[in-house]
Amino acid sequence: MTSKEEEKSWKEISIAAVCWKPSTDFLTGDWKTFKPVRDLGKCIRCLLCVMFCPDGAIHWIAEKGDIEFDYNYCKGCGICANECPTKAIEMKIE
Amino acid sequence: MDSEKWGFTVKDIVEKPDLFMSGHRACAGCAPAIVMRLIMKAVRGPTIVTTATGCMEIVSTLYPYTSWAVPWLHTAFENAAANASGIESAIKVLRKKGRIKGEHVDVIAIAGDGGTYDIGFQALSGAVERGHDFLFVLYDNEAYMNTGIQRSGGTPLGAATTTSPAGQVIPGKLEPKKPIADIMAAHEIPYVATASPYYWRDLITKARKGLEVEGPAFLHVFAPCPRGWRSDSAKSIELSRLAVETCIFPLWECIRGEYQLSAPSKVIAIEPQRKKPVKEYLAMQGRFRHLFTSKYENLIDEIQRITDQRWQNLLKKCGITS
Ligand SMILES: Cc1ncc(C[n+]2csc(CCOP(=O)(O)OP(=O)(O)O)c2C)c(N)n1
Ligand code: SF4
Ligand code: SF4
Ligand code: SF4
Repeated sequence: MTSKEEEKSWKEISIAAVCWKPSTDFLTGDWKTFKPVRDLGKCIRCLLCVMFCPDGAIHWIAEKGDIEFDYNYCKGCGICANECPTKAIEMKIE
Repeated sequence: MDSEKWGFTVKDIVEKPDLFMSGHRACAGCAPAIVMRLIMKAVRGPTIVTTATGCMEIVSTLYPYTSWAVPWLHTAFENAAANASGIESAIKVLRKKGRIKGEHVDVIAIAGDGGTYDIGFQALSGAVERGHDFLFVLYDNEAYMNTGIQRSGGTPLGAATTTSPAGQVIPGKLEPKKPIADIMAAHEIPYVATASPYYWRDLITKARKGLEVEGPAFLHVFAPCPRGWRSDSAKSIELSRLAVETCIFPLWECIRGEYQLSAPSKVIAIEPQRKKPVKEYLAMQGRFRHLFTSKYENLIDEIQRITDQRWQNLLKKCGITS
């Protein structure tokens, strides 16, 4: 959340209350209880987990030809593990 | 680029930047958030989004943060479509006056079921009747989730919500779900379709078709909400698949009043033995827990009957007789 020092009164807010900061500045990763951990041997790079992650927390890194988890945003929902066709992802308690 | 020829691979999609960005405050496992990400993968050029009050608006724009990497406008709960009409008309006028040039600007209006079936319906019906060129995306999580899970016109029969609580008096919601996509199809607009995030390719293609078509387009997207459905956060996509496989939420398109089944549902029409019982879908959600007690179990048969009847009606509309 915005810290107390940064908080603005209504007079200082632009008339249309424009949100100017990207939400990527706000890390939601600390919400998670479980963390997805991938078995590299089992992963076939089908990218379904990238497609279905509600938080955009799994990225396809073209140069590496592989995916990467961004635990800064992962909320630990387990959708990636549930949808992985090879069961390469296990949800482990953080 | 024409969506019919828009052959795209999974890599094309994952390499496209997320225009609905990380850091949004949706609950873990929120399917509406997946829907937002996938819809935004379909955009083709300059795009303005306007969202009615509801979860997807609240979680994506907690002042001063925004998850939208495109121009985005908040609007009051009841008028996402009116707002879209205004944006589209304003662009037309600015273009006429020579104040903007260049590419066409796409307009997308987004609302939940409360903002579409109920409170936003008048604005939506009016906007499509006037023929405004915009895509309306309904993410249907089947209740007013943002204000605490109250029933809406999109809540299915038998679901427990805070305003239709299952108990001694009632078995959850007493009325079946309003067939909103059929109501929109009856407006004979250029494009109406249903979609489910499990079938991501179908969903993205339909969103793109809705943008490409000239005039109003309506996309009804199924969107499980683990919070309100009392379902496991890991199962939102599985539920999106089961809803199609049980024919509770069939996938179809309707182009100027002409219905046609989409591939995932067509498979079931051709091989009816693939159709799963609704029980399988209901059992995964706490909002239907009471239906598995002797007092209310007859409602499962009733839900199956309604599902079968609506499926048969849809097959007829698509010219398929069984
Ligand atoms: C005219 C008006 N009435 C009530 C509200 C309070 N309100 C804010 S969000 C919301 C529920 C939205 O439900 P829905 O459209 O289904 O979206 P969801 O929250 O499920 O995503 C309500 C009732 C409001 N903002 N405006
Ligand atoms: S879904 Fe599974 S197999 Fe596919 S890329 Fe993700 S981890 Fe790998
Ligand atoms: S657990 Fe959920 S939020 Fe985390 S990476 Fe998997 S799908 Fe994304
Ligand atoms: S209440 Fe439901 S729709 Fe709203 S953010 Fe949470 S999971 Fe998503």
